[in-house]
Amino acid sequence: MILKLVARRLAMLVFVLFGVVVLTFFISRLIPTDPARLIAGDFASEEVVEQIRVELGFDRSLFEQFWIHVGNLLQGDLGTSITTGQPVLQDLATYAPATVELAVAAMMIAVIGGILLGVLSAVYKDGWIDNLVRVVALTGVSTPSFWLALLFLLLFYGTLGWFPAGGRIDPTLAPLDRISGLYLVDSIVALRPDAFLSALTHLVLPASCLGLITMGVFARLIRASLLEELGRAYIRTFRSIGLAEHRVVFGHALPNALTPFVTQLGLSFAAMLTGAVVTEAIFGWPGMGGYILQATQSLDFPAIIGFTIIVGVIYAVLNLVINIAYLFLDPRLRSGAVK
Amino acid sequence: MRIVTGLRRRSRSLGLIFDELAGSPLMRLGAVLVATAIIAALVGPLVAPYDPTAIDLDVRLQAPSMAHWLGTDELGRDLLSRLLHGARISLAIGVSIVALSASVGTLIGAYAGLKGGWLDAAIMRATDVVLSLPGLVMAMAFTAALGPSLFNATLALAFVATPGMVRLARGQALTVRSEAYVEASQLYGAPSRHILLRHIIPNAAPALIVQATLSVGAIILAAAALSFLGLGAQPPTAEWGAMVANGRNYLTIHPAYPIAPGLAILVTATGFNLLGDGLNDALNPRREGRAK
Repeated sequence: MILKLVARRLAMLVFVLFGVVVLTFFISRLIPTDPARLIAGDFASEEVVEQIRVELGFDRSLFEQFWIHVGNLLQGDLGTSITTGQPVLQDLATYAPATVELAVAAMMIAVIGGILLGVLSAVYKDGWIDNLVRVVALTGVSTPSFWLALLFLLLFYGTLGWFPAGGRIDPTLAPLDRISGLYLVDSIVALRPDAFLSALTHLVLPASCLGLITMGVFARLIRASLLEELGRAYIRTFRSIGLAEHRVVFGHALPNALTPFVTQLGLSFAAMLTGAVVTEAIFGWPGMGGYILQATQSLDFPAIIGFTIIVGVIYAVLNLVINIAYLFLDPRLRSGAVK
Repeated sequence: MRIVTGLRRRSRSLGLIFDELAGSPLMRLGAVLVATAIIAALVGPLVAPYDPTAIDLDVRLQAPSMAHWLGTDELGRDLLSRLLHGARISLAIGVSIVALSASVGTLIGAYAGLKGGWLDAAIMRATDVVLSLPGLVMAMAFTAALGPSLFNATLALAFVATPGMVRLARGQALTVRSEAYVEASQLYGAPSRHILLRHIIPNAAPALIVQATLSVGAIILAAAALSFLGLGAQPPTAEWGAMVANGRNYLTIHPAYPIAPGLAILVTATGFNLLGDGLNDALNPRREGRAK
């Protein structure tokens, strides 16, 4: 049963990824300027432009171009960036660790804060804590992230001077050896407390900025699903046999309420990778977001498509993992009782 | 006679909904915020003290004063006037994108749900593809390809927002389709158009209205982010996201410049989110253990 479900999910994954490739290819062909001209530069002669056009296969039919594109992708070739002249995959690999470090830190803030606020809100339903949490959560969802980042900079860098304004690490420190590309991990491995501290202080502002907004989403979600659980018959039974309230909430209701939350986690992580575009731009964080922003501004289409496909893959794989995790979390799905 | 009772029943349930709405302070706050944004959009440009694009280099980057309540920007343009004009742009973008995606999405989704079969499957797989890509990246790629402009950003966001609406409408259609009265009217030979317009869409309306209201807030934020990144509104348009982007460079010397338009975005989006939330509670009584 489980194998069959997993196989179905895998087939879906392949289908969705193919759709992503078709869609991104289509978008790249909407481009009004001539990509060959873009690569050759404004002063190149007509022959050079023509040569590049032939080299890149732009002289072939759209259908042929598409299949060449798919063939390249299957070999892990995402094309060459027009601005950096490097393979897109290599560029993304260079910038990915910074973004992953930022997104993971933000996710930790969002998950811990979101669960805490959501539980408080549900337990004290309709009290002042609940109302406060609801307003804060809702404001979080409605806050432009780029604006929140500016407020943070104004307060914590400009006025209080607690945290640096941008970058990943103090540039005057001796450089870290690149092991994982995650500065916090690398500095621990290299036994460099100075680098660790510097990386951590640089991470605080961008990660909180990215995390706080998602924290609001999580708090709302936890509140709603915990209230739903607390209204169920088994909770009434536990309460009526005199089980302590904290054991009812933390021992029984919360674990069940977290199941729907798991689905949201994957989606939110993928959303954070995109939200990072804006955050990275403001904090000068050298990640994929800054790279892709640069690419959109210079119409570097191989880079844009490469990034979109990679995010699509991450998104699809996370969804798959979560769907499978779900099968284990919810026994009803496993037995096929509920579709 | 039957019609009269039907009407009476509907008006009573509407009355209950209004009671419910009036009882929720957060929802009332949302309504006030949205109303403020709408009024600003309607009369703002009329009462704005200056022309939002009039450059006056003698009064560059002035702090808030009696002459310029919010101060001026780097080209000496009055920030309050730009803010008021921006209300019209942000609201127009938010509402038009949602109207476009909701109407197109509802028709496609409801039709797919009603018809089922390969058409339904094909439409659902297409929405899977679009939904598997993060909206902002898709919108960025689209806008970059079409050329950065407010109109192209609007198109891109509408494209990204539609699949969610399709799914919602389809889900509603699937529920309604199996109701006895719909099956009865199908047996009587009612055409699909009739079932779609008379049964499915009216029944799906509450859920769609809630989703649409919440979407306006999200879309206003997304459009502002695109403009902030330079992919949406182009100078000299007074758009809030673009204003924050410009004001960012003067954050420490003239904090009101980037903060005021951001606050306007926050207030407008909060309004729509509170309103959508309240509507959801009122129209969907099962939520949050209300029926205790």
